[in-house]
Amino acid sequence: MRLYNGGLIITGIVVFLALATFPFTYNIGKANAKPDIKLEPAIKKSEELFGKKQCVEPKEWMRREHMVLLNHWRDAVVRDENRGYLRKDTGARFNMSLQNECMQCHSSKKNFCDQCHNYIAVKPFCWDCHIAPTEKEEAGS
Amino acid sequence: MSMKRRDFLKIAGISSILSVGAKIAEATHPTWIAGPDPKQLEPNKQALTAKRWAMVVDMKKFRTEADTLKVIDACHRAHNVPDFRTADGKVDKKLEVKWIWQAGYERAFPGQDNKYMSDQLRKMPFLVLCNHCDNPPCVRVCPTQATYKIKGGITMQDMHRCIGCRFCMAGCPYGARSFNWVDPQRAANLDVKKGGKLNTEYPMRTKGVVEKCTFCTERLQNGKMPACVEAAPKGALLFGDLDDPGSEIRKIVTTRYTIRRKPDLGTGPAIYYLIGGSDHA
Repeated sequence: MRLYNGGLIITGIVVFLALATFPFTYNIGKANAKPDIKLEPAIKKSEELFGKKQCVEPKEWMRREHMVLLNHWRDAVVRDENRGYLRKDTGARFNMSLQNECMQCHSSKKNFCDQCHNYIAVKPFCWDCHIAPTEKEEAGS
Repeated sequence: MSMKRRDFLKIAGISSILSVGAKIAEATHPTWIAGPDPKQLEPNKQALTAKRWAMVVDMKKFRTEADTLKVIDACHRAHNVPDFRTADGKVDKKLEVKWIWQAGYERAFPGQDNKYMSDQLRKMPFLVLCNHCDNPPCVRVCPTQATYKIKGGITMQDMHRCIGCRFCMAGCPYGARSFNWVDPQRAANLDVKKGGKLNTEYPMRTKGVVEKCTFCTERLQNGKMPACVEAAPKGALLFGDLDDPGSEIRKIVTTRYTIRRKPDLGTGPAIYYLIGGSDHA
């Protein structure tokens, strides 16, 4: 077998591969580092309320479904005038409100929302209108 | 039935790709589409409810303009309403957003004025706001149902769903709706960097949505009277259930002569104005 114009073709392939993979090679070790999730400042209020850390639903479930939950909450509050949400297993009551409930415990948007959202490049528009809690300056950072 | 080897391979290949795709989708996408069980939703027990919320504005109780301004300020603070000013400190009429404001007699009640009416009445600063009509034109024209009637006869506005087409503003005969031409967070009173103050219990709005008075739905649901009613001089703004024969505002509307804004349009406004006469019974 003989490759005609081999030099040109191979150079072309190399240049193409270099260009096509540039976004990946350029970012090696940079943006793709998984966020080291910090949830500080610590979850406080739920401990006062329930004697232990307790979220609206179990943690793993929330990680996966929180966006759907927030949509349902919004519809319940804005359209059906329903403000109370009962946790499925324990029946604990939560006030359906991003500003007045979620962010009371998870009091840092930077640590609680942005770390993961930035990593996976999603830009929810919650904070176009809703007011994020004031970020406390962390010591040493 | 026979099948070419080539076709078989195509079908097998595509279906295996699809099954992997479905597995990935299943593993990464939220699944709680059906939402919460209705049993998991429970309205607040302290919520104030009524069949037909309505308001009586007793103009005699507003002694000075300061009383009126105090009410406007309380509402606009509670709901993070932007206050856009031009360079010389006047209200920027192009960008103005208002939930409750003041208007002279001729503006508030056009067609009901006359040449010889007293200047005092003509210049009286009437508090005007959304009338929460029985038959609201804004609701009829909204293409996305971003504005709609809720229990209690309140005309509610869902800022999440508003697409900013402004049909409702054309439909509303009272001018009760305002459009956010620019990001409201640019207004000096809401920009924290410029010393603005926010009510962190209530959201702001974003550029491109229409907003208006909601009869403080969020406060009613938490058992509180509307912000304007609390800020007004005692008895100047009365808020209650017009459908309840025993309620104070029903008694006033039945026993006293009240006027409403543009009732001949057939919208059925729910804001009643008491203009003169003795103190109400």
